[in-house]
Amino acid sequence: MSRGHHDVGGLPDAGAIEQSEHQLSDWEILADAVNQALGARGIKRTDEMRRAREEMDSETYRDMTYYERWIASIETILIEKKILTKDEIDRRLAEFEKEWGEP
Amino acid sequence: MGRAVSSPASKFKPGDRVRVKFEDRPGHIRTPWYIRGKTGWIERIHGDFLNPESLAYGRDGLPKRTLYLVAFNQADVWGRSAGPSDKVLVDIYEHWLDPAR
Repeated sequence: MSRGHHDVGGLPDAGAIEQSEHQLSDWEILADAVNQALGARGIKRTDEMRRAREEMDSETYRDMTYYERWIASIETILIEKKILTKDEIDRRLAEFEKEWGEP
Repeated sequence: MGRAVSSPASKFKPGDRVRVKFEDRPGHIRTPWYIRGKTGWIERIHGDFLNPESLAYGRDGLPKRTLYLVAFNQADVWGRSAGPSDKVLVDIYEHWLDPAR
């Protein structure tokens, strides 16, 4: 097993902690809102979201930004709980891309 | 979300020396890797909470586990310390702690 990709505390090559404030994009605020709404409805717990991130492919995890990981975990949990299917999500995504272009 | 309640049955009290278990197993674990196997002392009892190792998989989180604020000397964790009184403070669940001298 050894340590997970999320558990980097104390690693010599973990890098410095980014402490500067930055402006959130609209989609990041929306990701937070979706997360809060799902929590309020008892659909997911923070611990489940964390576990979903920990179980991701390590390369994908490292390549994603903070809120991208949130979205990916929400997707995993919603599919796991049979609230949405991967097909439904992909189909909707294709519709958005057609309407708005590639993200 | 688990809420703190009074914990008459907690195994440790503030000041007790404890050693963090060195377990390497799969699953959702809140005990960071860098603190496993290290020895410190109980700084504070936070209370009893639903177990995140169970909640992470959609289960009920019962039985509740006592969560402690555990203190370690910086030098005991990193091998060196900027100042002699510098500490590392970590929240650790009771089932991850063994009594130590």
